[in-house]
Amino acid sequence: MKKDIIISGVGGQGILTISAVLDTAALESGFNIKQSEVHGMSQRGGAVQAHVRISDKPVYSDLIPMGKADLILSVEPMELLRYLPYLHKNGFLVTDSNPLKNIANYPNEQELSKQITAFKHYRIIDAKSLAKKAGNFRAANIVMIGAVSDLLPFEDELMEQVITNLFKRKGDRIVQMNIDAYRLGRGAIEK
Amino acid sequence: MQKILLGNEAIAQAAINAGLSGAYGYPGTPSTEIIEYITNSKEARNGDIIAHWSTNEKVAMEEALGMSYAGKRALVTMKHVGLNVAADAFINTAISGINGGLVVVVADDPSQHSSQNEQDSRFYGKFAMVPTLEPSSQQEAYDMISYAFDLSEKTKLPVLLRSVTRLSHSRANVRIGEKKNQNNLQLLEDTKRFALIPSFAKIQYKNLIEKQKELEKIATDSNWNHFQKGTGNKKLGIIASGIAINYLLENFPEALPFDLLKISHYPLPKKLVAEIFDRNDKILVLEDGYPFIEEMIGDFLGRSQKVIGRLTGDIPRTGELNPNIVAHALDLEDLIEEEILPIVSNRPPQLCPGCGHIDLYDALNDIIAEIGDNRVFSDIGCYSLGVLEPYDAIDTLIDMGASIPMAKGAADAGLLPSIAVIGDSTFTHSGMTGLLSAIWSKTPITVIISDNSAVAMTGAQPSAAMGRLYDIAKGLGVEEAHLKVITPLKKYHDQNVEIIKNELDFQGVSLIIAQRPCVTMSNEKKDLARKFNTLETSY
Repeated sequence: MKKDIIISGVGGQGILTISAVLDTAALESGFNIKQSEVHGMSQRGGAVQAHVRISDKPVYSDLIPMGKADLILSVEPMELLRYLPYLHKNGFLVTDSNPLKNIANYPNEQELSKQITAFKHYRIIDAKSLAKKAGNFRAANIVMIGAVSDLLPFEDELMEQVITNLFKRKGDRIVQMNIDAYRLGRGAIEK
Repeated sequence: MQKILLGNEAIAQAAINAGLSGAYGYPGTPSTEIIEYITNSKEARNGDIIAHWSTNEKVAMEEALGMSYAGKRALVTMKHVGLNVAADAFINTAISGINGGLVVVVADDPSQHSSQNEQDSRFYGKFAMVPTLEPSSQQEAYDMISYAFDLSEKTKLPVLLRSVTRLSHSRANVRIGEKKNQNNLQLLEDTKRFALIPSFAKIQYKNLIEKQKELEKIATDSNWNHFQKGTGNKKLGIIASGIAINYLLENFPEALPFDLLKISHYPLPKKLVAEIFDRNDKILVLEDGYPFIEEMIGDFLGRSQKVIGRLTGDIPRTGELNPNIVAHALDLEDLIEEEILPIVSNRPPQLCPGCGHIDLYDALNDIIAEIGDNRVFSDIGCYSLGVLEPYDAIDTLIDMGASIPMAKGAADAGLLPSIAVIGDSTFTHSGMTGLLSAIWSKTPITVIISDNSAVAMTGAQPSAAMGRLYDIAKGLGVEEAHLKVITPLKKYHDQNVEIIKNELDFQGVSLIIAQRPCVTMSNEKKDLARKFNTLETSY
């Protein structure tokens, strides 16, 4: 078992929370993990990404080799395409459909969607709406975890346990909202 | 016990477990999380370990040395350029030697993700002639820290541990060991070696030179360095230092056909290098940083070309390594350019919506339109982003604290008015002495401290300047008539422009504190800042 996943988005969108959920699930499953992430200047509204590498064998490089990512999981559609050089030819592209336009020259959205749908394996999820349905649009990152849950080497039960533990400190209501967000994301896969 | 830790967190946890008594540092990407982790530990919260941010890296190094002088184990952390600030203390600590174990962790930033340069701290280790460690993984970073403290006490020298961005800011499974007890307070009977007057210092310097043989012997026998024979029959040997070995093994997860010398402990052991050198026709050196080893063992005149790496163009001269670069150097793959589709726009970091720096730059830009461009000297922090569009309000950024002396020098040259923009924490880090120099020489400059009451760029660590800026400026000699306080908010825009303009006309040193807490801070931190920020504005 080996999964190389790039998680992308804009600083402040909860990239590190997604990574933390995947890392913890991997640790619980007895896998080896390396997860490189971005701190510092780029976290101020800039493009950010994390490389998550999970394997039952030793993981050497902290960075995913180019052309080897099994999945690019993005919480922002343009940021999804930034990391294409890392995608394996049979890899998956999965993104939230909602753009974050904090720059003046944000591309045409239809063009963007055309580029994404030209790939063999892609999913475009309206995570923001699903997160709102769960209780807060900020849970879009957790929706996105659900939306790739079938591509991950973890059972739903474990994922929900990890999410519960992660948000436990914030109280039952926040835990339930994030569980709901995960389930709504998972439900979006079949559609 | 196994945990998932950032490289920085592994270093921090290892230091706590190694019987640490004091941890000091100044925030800087990619080093910040080490001190943050220790200050949040139960050992620090209940007072068993002293851990806090110091006003700058040199102060941190000296505080750590004081802790070591008293017999206890001390850790000091910083980013690579921070070691330039701390260099005086660092180099001379190698001369005096230490008492309690002293470990200096410096995080380098190959590829300059968050830095002005990609200087390689191993040169400082060699320069100071102290043992230097370069972990290749988070686990090794954890294991090396306890070893580093022991080595420091054994050799009576500070030990430098060099990390890099991709180790410090990458998480991995780390096995955590047991916690050791701290050292007791233990003064030396003879403290002469800490008093570096020339007559004592000459003896110490000779001692340090004499120690070098022993340090090399320790590195030769060190478990962190090792040689393994290749499974193939190619006459190519590879020397890989620190995390570079991972990018090599990524390409050969099962068996490596080449001879390999892993280097993670310096001084570079001649015996080990000679062994791989003599067995092979070519030596490829892989280093995530400068061509440090390559330069040492290569042919200066370039006649033999036996040693290849960054200097010979087999590896790109700048930037961090990755699996593809290493594969290309071994003729396994073409070099893949990271081509990004044209539809993807650049998304640079930017000032947060509502940030006080924005309102300051709006005011400043109105004035620049009148007085002319290219006269605003600035500094390092979030406000550095003011060099980019849409602000384009500041012109320089060189190092921590350069803004005020550069404004002074330019004013000396006749550039008037001349303006410095500096953050609150950068001001107490390295700005105060520059201000005093300008006051002392009565040079007409206007200094604006953009005070957000935090070290914001690295995650809003507390700023030592909080509540003290006015008194510091006044104490250094800024006349109160030209010491102003403004609130950078849109509604005060016209008044702020007026105040700054008036001070630009003053033929002496004027100082304006533009004060508004960082918008990203938690309410708790903002409330604390408001408690300290009691200055009346100058409207």
